[in-house]
Amino acid sequence: MSAVATEVRAEIRELPPVNPLRRRWTRFILPTYTILLILYLSSPIFVMILYGFNAVPTPPGRQAARFYGFTLDWWRNVFNIPGLPEAFKNSLIVAPVSAAVSTVLGTLFGLALGRYRFRGLTAVDFVIFLAIAVPEIVLGSSLLSMFVLAQAPLGLTTILLSHIGFSIAFVAVTVRARVQGLDRSLEEAAQDLFATPLVAFYKITLPLIAPAILAGFLLAFVLSLDDFVITNFVAGQTNTFPLWVFGAQRIGIPPQVNVMGTILFGAGLIAALANVVVHRRRG
Amino acid sequence: MVPYGLLFPGGAYLMVFFLLPLGLMVYTSLQSGGLFSGGFTFTWEFRNYADALTSYETQFVRSIFYSVIVTFAALLLAYPMVYWIAFYGGRWKSSLLLMILLPFFVSFVIRTLQWRFILGDNGPVLGTLKGLGLLPDEFRVLATPLAVVAGITYNFLPFTALPLYVALERIDRSLVEAAKDLYATRWQAFRKVVWPLSLPGVFAAFLLTFVPATGDYVNASLLGGPGTRMIGNIIQTKFLTENQYPEAAALSVILMVAMVILASIYARILGTEEATRAAAAA
Repeated sequence: MSAVATEVRAEIRELPPVNPLRRRWTRFILPTYTILLILYLSSPIFVMILYGFNAVPTPPGRQAARFYGFTLDWWRNVFNIPGLPEAFKNSLIVAPVSAAVSTVLGTLFGLALGRYRFRGLTAVDFVIFLAIAVPEIVLGSSLLSMFVLAQAPLGLTTILLSHIGFSIAFVAVTVRARVQGLDRSLEEAAQDLFATPLVAFYKITLPLIAPAILAGFLLAFVLSLDDFVITNFVAGQTNTFPLWVFGAQRIGIPPQVNVMGTILFGAGLIAALANVVVHRRRG
Repeated sequence: MVPYGLLFPGGAYLMVFFLLPLGLMVYTSLQSGGLFSGGFTFTWEFRNYADALTSYETQFVRSIFYSVIVTFAALLLAYPMVYWIAFYGGRWKSSLLLMILLPFFVSFVIRTLQWRFILGDNGPVLGTLKGLGLLPDEFRVLATPLAVVAGITYNFLPFTALPLYVALERIDRSLVEAAKDLYATRWQAFRKVVWPLSLPGVFAAFLLTFVPATGDYVNASLLGGPGTRMIGNIIQTKFLTENQYPEAAALSVILMVAMVILASIYARILGTEEATRAAAAA
């Protein structure tokens, strides 16, 4: 008994000693790195928020490096700049409609992919994968090729049609992920209790996948609101918010762009926090 | 029958607004003529491809070169951070992930413009350093390849971070414990257990970063100069400014074919699951 104990003790002694000082020091490398990288990633956001309050004397000149002092003028006159209201209005028309339509189409698609095995599944999977992986410029230029061949007038309609197209795949994979994680026995239990498949779906499955549908909708909304490349190709003379900003930068960044950016950022932040809270509450 | 019924509306939509345009772009790329000289006619004009490749070889090579650097830089930057969050983030995990993604709530164009401002020749960084005499007056970052590569790396970092996070997060912690019980050092446990298990995520991250980065033109046009034009800039100008649709379409088809081949090889070997799961995690 004690012989074994001595042997074990001897073995423990042979293990290389851990230098406590070194361990303590290295422990901080990764968290420090993470925090620094997060700060670096956020730096354009800090600059944007700050310069939305910059009292530059002659707007809309170039965004001055100097900070002239604090003003709320740009917040008060956020739309007092030619072109921005129309462009922003267009974005606010396209984003919800595109998100709504692509959520319906993408949810059905995601349900099919997540629940069923069928012939052609691999091919459909690959198309979805391509729709996500293909460079935006290829999508944009191919859509423009089609609209030119069809002699379709470019404008809000072509923007909307294109946005729905690229959002479907994202909604589909979001919903599919949730459907695959579902416990099928819940729905089967409902059917054992004489619910028709449709009622079982409506009462059991739909509420369970609702968070994914909402997440898909928000994702589609943001993708549409922020899209520059594809919209750039299919917009013709119509402006959306990102297109207008891109055009306005030739004369510098008007402070109002920073204010609009800050507002959109705040809205996104609230939506994301709400999402986190909802998830927490569901456990 | 049910799955086909569910697939039909979205599938039909994708046929008309995703697959059909890709086909029609090939058709456009074989046309000849000019917008203001009698329009375009379909003439099996394969010369467009030969012209495109010979005239813009530099931009193709440059795009791929930049994109390779971007992809490796993004992987190197993101991996340690995402690893730490996935393994040691504890209850802060989702909040930290949110903090990585937050900057990307701001419009792509605005973010890139802010970088142009920050890195400007007399902007807050360079201007200050020059004022202190730490940098020569003619020193610049904008209009250099560095600015473009850094801009693309920044803008596409979520596409790298998310697949990595999804893969790392899924790794069973007890495997690492087991390695340590068998006297593996932390580094050995990482190299022999965590790294191999995270490889699917690394490959997905590679694909999801490399492919869009190759086609990007926004960073090159806002942060770059004449010497940093990428193939996307050429396609954009030819389509939208010069209205030379057939040539532009030929360039875009070449880019598309290259990327679809890459994506197919990836999907063939590793499946599409990992990459699309990352999109779902967003």
